[in-house]
Amino acid sequence: MLYREAGDFKTSYAKDNQTFPIKFDRVAYYILLVVAFGVVPFIINDYWANAVIVPFLIYAIATIGLNILIGYCGQLSLGTGGFMAVGAFASYKLMTAFPEVSIIIHILLAGGITALVGMAFGLPSLRIKGFYLAVATLAAQFFLVWLFNRVPWFYNNSASGQISAPERSVFGINVTGPHVDAWAQYMICLVFVFASAWLARNLTRGTMGRSWMAIRDMDIAAEIIGVNPLKAKLTAFGVSSFFIGIAGALLFTVYLGAAEVGEAFGISKSFLVLFMVIIGGLGSIFGSFAGAAFMVLLPVLLKNILVGALNWPTDLAAHFQLLIVGALIIAFLILEPHGLAQLWRVAKEKLRLWPFPH
Amino acid sequence: MCRTARGSNIMSAEFYYGVEVFLNGLMAGVMYSLVALGFVLIFKASGIFNYAQGVMALFAALTLVGFQNGQIPFASLINAIFGTNLHSFGWHLPALLAILLAVLVMILFAILVERLVLKHLVNQEPIILFMATIGLAYFMEGFGDLMWGSEIKKLDIGIPQGGNGWVESHTAFLGGDDFYGFYLDSLDIVAAIVAVALVASLVLFSQYTKTGRALRAVADDHQAALSVGISLRTIWVIVWSIAGFVALVAGIMWGAKSGVQFSLSLIALKALPVLMLGGFTSIPGAIVGGLIIGVGEKMFEFLIGAPYLGGATENWFAYVLALLFLVFRPQGLFGEKIIERV
Amino acid sequence: MKLKLATLALSALMAAAPAMADLVYPSLSYRTGPYAAGGIPFADGYADYFTLLNERDGGIGGVKAKVIECETGYSTEKGVECYESTKGEGALVYQPLSTGITYQLIPKVTADGIPMHTMGYGRTSAANGKVFSNVFNYPANYWNGASLAINHLLDLNGGDIKGKKVALLYHNSAYGKEPIRTLQELAKKHGFELSLLAVDHPGQEQKSQWLQIRREKPDYVLMWGWGVMNQVAIQEAVNIHFPMENFIGIWWSGSENDVLPAGEAANGYKALTFHNVGHNFPVFDDIQKYVVDAGKAAGNGDQIGTVLYNRGLYAAMLAAEATRKAQELSGKAQITPADMRDGMEALEITEERMTELGMPNFGPSFKVSCANHGGPGTGAVQQWDATAKEWKLISDFGPSDMDVIQPLIDEDSMAYAKENNITPRDCN
Repeated sequence: MLYREAGDFKTSYAKDNQTFPIKFDRVAYYILLVVAFGVVPFIINDYWANAVIVPFLIYAIATIGLNILIGYCGQLSLGTGGFMAVGAFASYKLMTAFPEVSIIIHILLAGGITALVGMAFGLPSLRIKGFYLAVATLAAQFFLVWLFNRVPWFYNNSASGQISAPERSVFGINVTGPHVDAWAQYMICLVFVFASAWLARNLTRGTMGRSWMAIRDMDIAAEIIGVNPLKAKLTAFGVSSFFIGIAGALLFTVYLGAAEVGEAFGISKSFLVLFMVIIGGLGSIFGSFAGAAFMVLLPVLLKNILVGALNWPTDLAAHFQLLIVGALIIAFLILEPHGLAQLWRVAKEKLRLWPFPH
Repeated sequence: MCRTARGSNIMSAEFYYGVEVFLNGLMAGVMYSLVALGFVLIFKASGIFNYAQGVMALFAALTLVGFQNGQIPFASLINAIFGTNLHSFGWHLPALLAILLAVLVMILFAILVERLVLKHLVNQEPIILFMATIGLAYFMEGFGDLMWGSEIKKLDIGIPQGGNGWVESHTAFLGGDDFYGFYLDSLDIVAAIVAVALVASLVLFSQYTKTGRALRAVADDHQAALSVGISLRTIWVIVWSIAGFVALVAGIMWGAKSGVQFSLSLIALKALPVLMLGGFTSIPGAIVGGLIIGVGEKMFEFLIGAPYLGGATENWFAYVLALLFLVFRPQGLFGEKIIERV
Repeated sequence: MKLKLATLALSALMAAAPAMADLVYPSLSYRTGPYAAGGIPFADGYADYFTLLNERDGGIGGVKAKVIECETGYSTEKGVECYESTKGEGALVYQPLSTGITYQLIPKVTADGIPMHTMGYGRTSAANGKVFSNVFNYPANYWNGASLAINHLLDLNGGDIKGKKVALLYHNSAYGKEPIRTLQELAKKHGFELSLLAVDHPGQEQKSQWLQIRREKPDYVLMWGWGVMNQVAIQEAVNIHFPMENFIGIWWSGSENDVLPAGEAANGYKALTFHNVGHNFPVFDDIQKYVVDAGKAAGNGDQIGTVLYNRGLYAAMLAAEATRKAQELSGKAQITPADMRDGMEALEITEERMTELGMPNFGPSFKVSCANHGGPGTGAVQQWDATAKEWKLISDFGPSDMDVIQPLIDEDSMAYAKENNITPRDCN
């Protein structure tokens, strides 16, 4: 009863094909957009922006990117950290080499460069499958991190190899550097998240997305019905890396402000984004958001409850935090193996019938 | 291999150094294999890529040291709740007894994993099971820290360590004055012997015992094994117990060098290229893969990495090497042939 | 839905935060993760000293000190969260205890007007107070460390190390690469041969590097390591029978954690330090009496007197002294972060004062100034005695070669100033 789809009739193909065909969803979506763009910027403060919202938005972009590769095209990748590093270092080089060009263009270009790198490392996927493919992407991960650490050109020959984002603005408002307002940080990330999600959603509905899913479901069968595996796999690697590169660039420029490749973009980052994809739900844009929210919010929430409210010593709290996150992951998988997105689908189903059992 | 011919004496020393690096590569490879073995056992029997293998090694080693030194488990938690000041039972167990107790704990762990996690996830896709082991890894990381504390502990169960004098003095005559003889770490030699014994007993176990045959049946075909009355759940407990034991051995060997500490869980990363190369399902593959990776990365660092690329190339080269092999054999060296049908 | 719940829970928590009434010292510690063994004693020492001041003296200048611990796990992202969550509580000075977090906080603390103290780590060129107004790294930094190590070698060899072979074994990261430039300059000056050996994170496998050391037989090996890399390196040095007294680590490679796993064989290993070691100081009696016996110790109380505990204690002492100075300058007991910054810049540590505090000769006497935030750059060498299981200072706090280091500091800080459009302050 709460969630209605009855009486929602379509009179044209265009209406039938829209992203949210059910009116309830559509309304919820528009409300969410209004709140995100119109309300949150006015109430957000430094703590919320830096500790929770901005990392959540940035990881959501990365998760969407990886979800395209794993969830839609079925190609397992553990190179996310390395690709994010490409985005970060590309944006750093562009920002310092062409200070007069807008940072938005730099971030998009960084995404483009990452896409090219991603496609190059995606080539072995034509031959290697499943868990074995992870090795190709892990090679990318370790090699890229080593390279950015090794070649001083990438960090402008600075003494230590740390890169720091210089101050840049959009429409006269600072978005990077120390003198940046929480809402500006939030807005630039939000715009990128919105554009990424919109693009990803529409790509996955179109020809390209369908060919990815054909490859995922059974690559030989897909080949027989005329899907070109080379094209499908490489476009998946390219599009996925594009988003991941943007996420890396934002992580460095807007969120961290300074980064060291091994620490900020190490193998643990690859795993973290992978966890977000799987927990959120493979092959779901909503799941990407849910997964990112779960992995970013939960530790902060637990920390605040255990240390802030219960006054536990920080080390005990940190140990329990790991324990609880681990137990929750297992519990979630046992209850709903297909991730938070599936949980949401089931919830909708329940709401649709409520208060009747059947 | 010989970069220059600056005179025969130097050249031969260079050559022997190369041989030395090769030998040490083999030894390092054995250490990687020990970690990789645990992965292979579990993957073979249940199709699970066990992300928690590294953390299991850490946990097993922590438990061993904890028992040996008579540490009180959860001391910090108890102290925080009750305001007590407990640290130690004050005893010191002999190494063998501590190992035995640690093995028992790992068996208990296997039973719990089966009861609480695997039982509920039967028939799920591999990626879901993989994810479950990630949850397990998180959980055990927190649990291990909570139980035994996060400081570095010295692991001493009497394994010799250090350059092996016998090898050194008996090979010194090979090179010129610059050459001291081959350097081989005694710990690595012990590790190699243990690895051989481990693999031999695993092979014997799986060939000649009833449980071992059941294990292989399950690895071949779950459904068929079930239909002839093999209990999948028992088999899983056994396999996880054996993997726990292998993790303990790996934890001891690696922990002897660095002390037992959090970083021990990162040795899993060293095992990944070995797995890719050797195949996820082959025990000999884990050994041969380990040897190839060990030799490959050490020789690359010696010949190209350190002199020309500024060093520290081992981490990525191991993966690149595995990748090169995979391009020619996508299922790994010893993996089962992938047959694709529509 | 989830978000809203979290919002509710969190905002409820935020509202419950206590009002500002104390001198707040955030401690961004790490008691978990790969570097926990190093983070725990430091955090304990830092917290215990302030507890001591509260219990014994009733705080600093009559105001209680409050240490807020926040677990970073050595991760920069958690560091951001910790910074944001503590800065609203009137944080006086940050000690991030991680080079990565330092780099990322430098612009933030400058914009927020809060000082940051990175003692023996962080960005070396922050010693130039003209460019880095809010960052302090007294009493010594990595480049001082590199020079101090070479000075020790000069001492051992009667002032001449021409033609000697020195190898640097370093963690292949920003931290590990810090001393390279200085060592290269010093190699030119003193004519020794420098070879570089990188160890990739985490550093559990160093066979290649140590085989290379065995082949090339350097006279001395310097080490810039952290975490598991230290323990493995010392063990491997023992394995190849490298003379331990020719093996010298930076101060982050010289704690009990690093040498204990190698046992007896680690005897003679050396490390640099910028503060004194051991527990033979009157202040420890007070800590035992007022803190440990009262059940108020931050940790188990078993870390007291270890190298890293002393370092945490020393950091706390410097912060407390700077607070006193700030109270004196501003004339009020409840100081602001801006007052604290001025206090740090006017800080003067004398031998008399340290004796008064029960810490005679605990560190060098020095004076901070507007232009020089890096202090004197002095340090000593400590050596491990495996039978007694303790570190011993084997030299005085000697000076480092500022003729070589100062130009490097100026160059690097000016590059930073240019990149970030900072006009250096006028310090006269």
